[in-house]
Amino acid sequence: MKLTFKDLRKKLYIFATEKTIGFTLISIFLGLVVGAIFLAAAGFNPFQAYWVMLRGIFAKPSYMSYTIIRATPLILTGLSIAFAFKTGLFNIGAEGQFIIGSVAATATGYFLHLPLLIHIPVVVISAVLAAGIWGGIAGYFKAKFGVHEVISTIMLNWIALYFQNFLIYTKGFQKPGGETSYSIQPTANMMILKTWKQSEAGREWLLQHPFWKDLLRTPMNWGFVIAILMAILVWFILNKTALGYRLRAVGFNKFAAEYGGINVNKNMIISMFIAGALAGLAGALQVVGVSHKVTLIAAMEGYGFDGIAVALIANSNALGCILAGLLFGALKYGGTKIQMFPVKAPSEVINIVIGSIVFFISIPKLIKVILSRKNKKGSTK
Amino acid sequence: MIETILSNIALIIGTTLMYSTPLIYTSLGGVLSENSGVINIGLEGMMVIGAFAGAAIGYFVGDPWIAFIGAGIAGGLFGLLHAFACVTFGANQVVSGIAINFLGAGIALFLSRMFFEGATMTKSIPLDNKMPRPLNGVFPDGSLLNIIFDNQYATVYLALLMVLIIWFFMYKTKYGLRLRSVGEHPTAADTLGINVMRIRYLSVIMSGVFAGFGGAAMSLAIVSNFRPTLVSGHGFIALAAMIFGKWKPQGALLACLLFGGAQGLAVFLGQFDFEISTQLISMLPYVITIVVLIGFVGKSAAPSADGIPYEKEHKY
Repeated sequence: MKLTFKDLRKKLYIFATEKTIGFTLISIFLGLVVGAIFLAAAGFNPFQAYWVMLRGIFAKPSYMSYTIIRATPLILTGLSIAFAFKTGLFNIGAEGQFIIGSVAATATGYFLHLPLLIHIPVVVISAVLAAGIWGGIAGYFKAKFGVHEVISTIMLNWIALYFQNFLIYTKGFQKPGGETSYSIQPTANMMILKTWKQSEAGREWLLQHPFWKDLLRTPMNWGFVIAILMAILVWFILNKTALGYRLRAVGFNKFAAEYGGINVNKNMIISMFIAGALAGLAGALQVVGVSHKVTLIAAMEGYGFDGIAVALIANSNALGCILAGLLFGALKYGGTKIQMFPVKAPSEVINIVIGSIVFFISIPKLIKVILSRKNKKGSTK
Repeated sequence: MIETILSNIALIIGTTLMYSTPLIYTSLGGVLSENSGVINIGLEGMMVIGAFAGAAIGYFVGDPWIAFIGAGIAGGLFGLLHAFACVTFGANQVVSGIAINFLGAGIALFLSRMFFEGATMTKSIPLDNKMPRPLNGVFPDGSLLNIIFDNQYATVYLALLMVLIIWFFMYKTKYGLRLRSVGEHPTAADTLGINVMRIRYLSVIMSGVFAGFGGAAMSLAIVSNFRPTLVSGHGFIALAAMIFGKWKPQGALLACLLFGGAQGLAVFLGQFDFEISTQLISMLPYVITIVVLIGFVGKSAAPSADGIPYEKEHKY
């Protein structure tokens, strides 16, 4: 069979418009093109910049590890927002839920003294519960008082931020002489092979195995594995359980769901609780795995807002959030590399790339129109 | 005693006006866009680009009004982008708005690094080139009016004037009626010969212009430069104020004043040596907003066609 140019175009059209993955990939490509245009207009070599970025993500085991570490919280906040989207709610509050999660994790990680294998689960579960309740508050306000969740979660974000700062200035929690909290107990630390890495035998072994030495240089931890498991769990809950069915029904058509005997208000609260719990888990894992403490924050750190973009790029698909989170983590981490020699371009170009990707994702019609025009010209009809 | 209380109240009113101003402009932008039927969650990004454009033009040109208008144009360009996606291509408006937020922050910081030797903070505008303070020194020293108005920048008065103008435009002119009809029932408006697309385009562009003004009201008046944390969420608060004010200019004004007032109160309380931490006091505006929403406002109703792309040729 001969594949003509016309067929190829048709195939491209179907790929780009009917399969969401194809459309997403084209949007990502176009986003990178826009970033390249900005770089070129500012006098940088975009090919060099992207090459440096690519190398900065994949060239060393430690780079890949850092990319994964960056991606982990974004996968989870992305899941949080995607989950709420599926149930018809817009969770702008992942930012604040993340903060509550990390504060709760730091508090239980520092104040409690528990054996090794028990401490981490206790820390993570209490953080997840705290953030779940924080998210649930917004759901409760919506169900009970009709307060728009966009407003309440925006306000709750700021309350969470000042709450964290308040705790950091609280005696007993603040590490003297710094604007940070105390670090969590070693039993709550989830870094992989942490003690072995610093032991005599460990150091010697690593000296002979440069690959592992480089890989373990990073605060590598189990967070990524947990994030993937969570994505699978969320997918399962949404698609394979009665709870997921009810939640999606509420998101799809509130009135029809109510008519069908589903308690809409209750499901809104449950949905925001789960969304909050997921974002809180992101905060908890960040503390037990990477930062081990919380510090004073002047402005929003963006885990929640970046999560919105992750959820959108993933088309609110739970498993898609893993890939979108990895893409995001890679762009963010790789973006820091172009700031340095030899490119020295503003790393903010990454935000332009991400914004453009999301922008193209918002307008599937544009790509359809461009490709269908070509199709029309190509066809003889 | 009474005098101290009065002068303290005057002080709070003064800070209220100052903090509300950027929010007022931006939420007016939200009012325009959403009443025409286009959700604008990108106000934050438009505000950021406005704040940067205002500070940068103010620094290089030196005239605050040119800078202010430049900020409006920069915001308007982002409005145009949003309109292009939402009106012409029937985009998911929330998604497009989120994209605008990333683009606004990204482009502002990118340009800042290009024009200010790699810094994400623009250089300060000299005091003489900041927004003028029209009532500076007009009232006698120590009088209550002096406490309130002495340090208010021109942007404050202009914001209040804009509320009046937008209110008049929306409810007393035929163009305002058209704008609202497009947001409530575009099909009916279309049958009556109103150009839905054009009205939505203009509304969304103006929405960007106002958000740009809001950003510049920060970078040209409250402070004198742009930095990455300057806007940090104020666009979202303006969005909340617009919803809080039930999508009406006068409602948005009240919501912004409430928020600014709570912020003013927080600043006022912060100067005392209370046992309460300033961090807790800083929560006040956000807590008050939620409490007011729960207690007094109740359900708010958006314009019927808000968020729904309009297509001329419906296939039934």
